[in-house]
Amino acid sequence: MRLESPTPDAPEADAPPEAPARTGDGKPVERVHQVVIRFAGDSGDGMQLTGDRFTAETATLGNALATLPNFPAEIRAPQGTLPGVSSFQLHFADHVVLTPGDAPDVLVAMNPAALRANIADLPRGGVIIADADEFTRRSLQKVGYTASPLEDGSLESYQVHSLPLTSMTVEALKDSGLSRKDAERAKNMFALGMLSWLYDRPTQATEKFIQTKFAKKPAVRDANLTAFRAGWAFGETTEGFAVRYEVAPAEHPAGTYRNITGSTALAYGLAAGAHKAGLPLVLGSYPITPASDILHALSAMKHLGVTTLQAEDEIAGVGIALGASFGGSLGVTTTSGPGLALKAETIGLAVMLELPLVVVDVQRGGPSTGLPTKTEQADLLQAMYGRNGESPLPVVAASSPTDCFTAAVEAVRIAVTYRTPVILLSDGYLANGSEPWALPSVADLPGIDPAFATGPNGAGDDGTPAFRPYLRDPETLARPWAVPGTPGLEHRIGGLEKADVTGEISYEPENHERMTGLRQAKVDGVAVPPLEVDDPVAPDGSRARVLVLGWGSTFGPIAAAVRDARAEGLQVARTHLRHLNPFPPGLGDLLRSYDRVVLPEMNGGQLALLLRGRYLVDVQSHARVRGRPFTAGELLDVVRDAVRDLTEPATQVAAPATDTGFESPQEARR
Amino acid sequence: MTTAPPTPVSLGLPAVRSGTEDVPRLPEGVTLKKKDFTAANEVRWCPGCGDYAVLAAVQGFLPELGLRKENIVCISGIGCSSRFPYYLDTYGLHSIHGRAPAIATGLATSRPDLSVWVVTGDGDALSIGGNHLIHAMRRNVNMTILLFNNRIYGLTKGQYSPTSEVGKVTKSTPSGSVDAPFNPVSLALGAEATFVARTLDSDRKHLTSVLRAAAEHRGTSLVEIYQNCPIFNDGAFDVLKDAEESRARLVHLVDGEQVRYGREDDRRVVVRTAGGGVEAVPEAEAAGRDVVVHDAGAEDPTQAFALSRLDGPSMAHVPVGVFRAVQRPTYDDLVREQVTSAREAAGGPATDADLDALIAGGDTWVVR
Repeated sequence: MRLESPTPDAPEADAPPEAPARTGDGKPVERVHQVVIRFAGDSGDGMQLTGDRFTAETATLGNALATLPNFPAEIRAPQGTLPGVSSFQLHFADHVVLTPGDAPDVLVAMNPAALRANIADLPRGGVIIADADEFTRRSLQKVGYTASPLEDGSLESYQVHSLPLTSMTVEALKDSGLSRKDAERAKNMFALGMLSWLYDRPTQATEKFIQTKFAKKPAVRDANLTAFRAGWAFGETTEGFAVRYEVAPAEHPAGTYRNITGSTALAYGLAAGAHKAGLPLVLGSYPITPASDILHALSAMKHLGVTTLQAEDEIAGVGIALGASFGGSLGVTTTSGPGLALKAETIGLAVMLELPLVVVDVQRGGPSTGLPTKTEQADLLQAMYGRNGESPLPVVAASSPTDCFTAAVEAVRIAVTYRTPVILLSDGYLANGSEPWALPSVADLPGIDPAFATGPNGAGDDGTPAFRPYLRDPETLARPWAVPGTPGLEHRIGGLEKADVTGEISYEPENHERMTGLRQAKVDGVAVPPLEVDDPVAPDGSRARVLVLGWGSTFGPIAAAVRDARAEGLQVARTHLRHLNPFPPGLGDLLRSYDRVVLPEMNGGQLALLLRGRYLVDVQSHARVRGRPFTAGELLDVVRDAVRDLTEPATQVAAPATDTGFESPQEARR
Repeated sequence: MTTAPPTPVSLGLPAVRSGTEDVPRLPEGVTLKKKDFTAANEVRWCPGCGDYAVLAAVQGFLPELGLRKENIVCISGIGCSSRFPYYLDTYGLHSIHGRAPAIATGLATSRPDLSVWVVTGDGDALSIGGNHLIHAMRRNVNMTILLFNNRIYGLTKGQYSPTSEVGKVTKSTPSGSVDAPFNPVSLALGAEATFVARTLDSDRKHLTSVLRAAAEHRGTSLVEIYQNCPIFNDGAFDVLKDAEESRARLVHLVDGEQVRYGREDDRRVVVRTAGGGVEAVPEAEAAGRDVVVHDAGAEDPTQAFALSRLDGPSMAHVPVGVFRAVQRPTYDDLVREQVTSAREAAGGPATDADLDALIAGGDTWVVR
C-alpha cells in the first residue's frame, strides 16, 4: 500500500461535502464478544487500506485487536487471479486479544479469486459478503469456477450476502463526473462504510483520513467520501442485514493508546533508544521486504536528528552504520534474511572493533528469496552464528508489534553499554501486524550512558599517559569508545586480531585465545533479567509439568493456546524469551524443572537445537514453516498432546523430539 | 488510484567550499611536523615497495593542511596498501576488503569536522569494492581516496588484478589473463567523480601537489597512484620512472594550457580526432589540428574522458595530474542540511516531549 504524504494545508476553496447528520436506524443490535473479519480482494483493490481503516476505527472504539495483513510479493499480479489476492484479517474483541484470529467469522470477498483463495479458512456458518458484480463468467473462469458459487448452492452452509457493491458504488457516484472505471475504484470505501455500519464503528477518523489523503485531488476525495457514506447508508437501509453488531470496548489499563504496527514501533524504539543515549541515530539501509517500512519511518524523523542513508547495497548499509558508530553516532542497519547474509562480514568486523551497532533483521520465509512477504523465524541460527570465526553477539527478539518498541530500546542499550553489534529479530508478522499500544513516556525510560573516552586510560612503556583502546571496563568488559576528534586518543583499530589492552596487531597464539574468550565473556555477561514464568499454582497446590516456551512473534498464539488449555482444566506453564544471546540466567534449571518443555517455532527447530546443545534438555520442538503465524487452535492441540503424553504414557515408540511437520515425499506416499 | 511520479524538489546549491573547511584547525603559530604523523608501529611492507614513498609523502604533506591531527581519519580496506592507517598517527580504521568507501561514507556524513582519507588498492577498490567506489564518487561524499595501483594482487601473493594487462601471466593465469582491465581514471569519470587525478609513487613533488589539490577539493577526490610492487610485478611502471623515458611518455596535464609533452627532439601535442577522441601527434604535424587545451573545471567530462583514453597498454603517453576538478554539492553536506533544517524548523534538539509526540502519532484514545 502506498500512502501519499498528508497535506494539511488543503485549499479551502475545495472544501469537501459535509457529512450528513446520522440518525438511529432502529435495527436490533446484537452484542458479540469478538469478531474476526477478513477483507480479501485483488492486490489493486485497496484491501490493505480498507483493513487499516477498519482497524483504526476499531482501535479508537477501544476494542482489543490484532491484525494480520497478507499480501503477495508481486505489486500487481494479473488482475483477478489467485496469486493476486491480497487480504487483511482483523480480530477485535471486548477482552484481551492475543492473535489475529485462527479463522475468520466474516469474509469480505471482492472477487471470485478472493473467495476461492480464502473460503477454506472460513468455518461452516461463517458470513460471506461478496461483490456480486465481479462474479462474471470471465472472472469465474480465471480461477477455475465453472459456475458462480454465489448461485450454484455450493455455499449453502455459509451465510452469504451477495451484493452488487461495484454497481452500487458507481450509482452513488453517478453525479461525481468520474469515469465509470475511476468510480469503481471507490468500491473498497463503499464496503468499508457498509462494514463500519454493520459493526457500529466510529467513522470520523476515516472521513478525516480520506480528506487528508486526497486533499490535492478533490474529485477523488469527494468520491471516496461519498462511496464510504453510501456504504454506511446501504447497511442502514438494506433488509439484507437484519441486525447490526456491537463489540464493547475491552478493559484496558488506564493510559493513552494508539494502534501501531511492529515496524513503526521498532523505528520509534530505535529513535527513543538513541535519544536516551544522547546519540545521533545514523541508519544505513538498503530497501528489502519486509524491512523497508523501518527505513521509511526513520527517514521521516529528520526533525529529531535522525539521519538515514539509502545505501548502494546491503553491505554498504551496514558499512555506513559502522562508520557512523566509529564516529560516535549510533549506527543502525535494517534488513531481512538475505540482507543479513550479505552483512555478515561487516558484522564480524564490528565484533572485532567492539563498537556499538544495531542490526535489525525482519525475518521472512527463506532460504534465498524464499517468501518475501511471509513470516518465518528461520534466521535465528544465522543471527547467532552466521559469521566467520568465533564471533558472538547479543541477540534480542521482539514478541509482538508493540513489543518491537521495547526490544529496540533494549538492543540500543546493549549495543552502547557493551560496545557490540546487536542483532534485533523481528519478522514479517510483527512488522505488518498491529495492535493497540499504551504509550510509554520517554522520560521514564532508563538512560543509556555512552561514556565516551576523553583522556588517556593507561601508561606507555615509558610511563607517560597513553590510550589503551582495548583496556576493558572490569564490570561490562566493554572497551573505551574514543571517537575521532578527541585529542590525544588517536589510535588505529581494524579487523586483524588485537593485542589485549593495547589493541596493537597481534598474531600471538595465546593472545588470540584470550581475546576470543574475552569477546565471548563480554557477550555472556550482558545483563539480562531473569525469565518470568507464567505458572499459576493449582488450588490443590500442584504445579504444571509441561512448560510451553517460545521466542519472538509466537508469543500471541502460544499465550492464547495456554489460556485455552487452562480453560479446559489443563495445567500448563508458559514463558517467552526476549534474549536469545545470552540466555536469561537460570534458564537451564528452569527447563529441567519441568517434565516436558514444548517449543513451537516457525523454523526447523532452531532454538530447540540451541537449548539441547546448551542445557542437555530434551526440548520437544513443534516446528512449522508455512509463512504464516501459528493459530491458537493448532498450538492448543500441541499443548493437549504434551499433557496427555505425560499423564497417559504412549504405548508406541516415542515420537522424534523434533516434529518439523515438513512433509517429505516419503511421508506423502504413506 | 494512479499515483503521479514524485516530483523532485530543489535542494539549493551551496557556494564553493574547501574540503577541509569544517575541520578544526591548529591554533595560530602551531604547526605539526612529519614525525607527528608517524605512528610508532614498525612499517612492514616489502623492501623497495612503492608504498613507502607514498607514506612518506602523505606524512610529509599532512602538516601543510594545518588541521588538528585528531580530526584526521584514515580508513582502508584489505591489501598491502590498506596497512597504511597503522603507520599514520591519526585516527585510523583498517576495515574489510573493498568496503572502506562505504564505511567512510557513514563517517564523513555523520562528522563534518573530520578530514576523511581512504587508502585502497586496485584489487580492493576496483574488484571486490567496485560498487562502493563508484557510488561514493556518484554521491560525491567529501573524502579523498588514494588508489594505489600496482596492477597485481600483492597480499595474496601475485594473482592478476582488475588493472592487469591482457595476457599477463600470474599464478592464477598461467596461460595469460584474458580479463580486460579497468582504466581507473576512465571509470571514475564515468561514475560522475568530481575530482580525478593520477600521479606516481616515485615523484614526490608531483604526488604532493596532487594530494594538496585533492584535499582542498570538497567532494570525493580520486587519486590514482601508480605504485611499484617489487615482489610480484616489479618494474610495471619503469618506463615512466626512467628519467629519459618519462620525458617521452608522461603527459603532464596543466589546467588552461595546451596538452604537450615529449623530449626536446620529439615534442608532441594532443589533438582532437574526428571521432571525438584525442590523439598524440608530433608537433610538426599538428598544423591545422585542433590542439587540446586542458580544462579540468569543465562541467562536461567528455574531454577529460578522452584524455584518460590516450594511454594504452604500451604506456606510450600517460597523462598525469588533475583530469577533472569540478564543484558539485556533496552528498554529506546535503544530508546534513536536510537534517539540520528539519531540526531547526522543529525548534532545536529533540526533547523527551518531541519523542512522546512522535510516538503518539495522530490517532490516540484515552482509557481512564
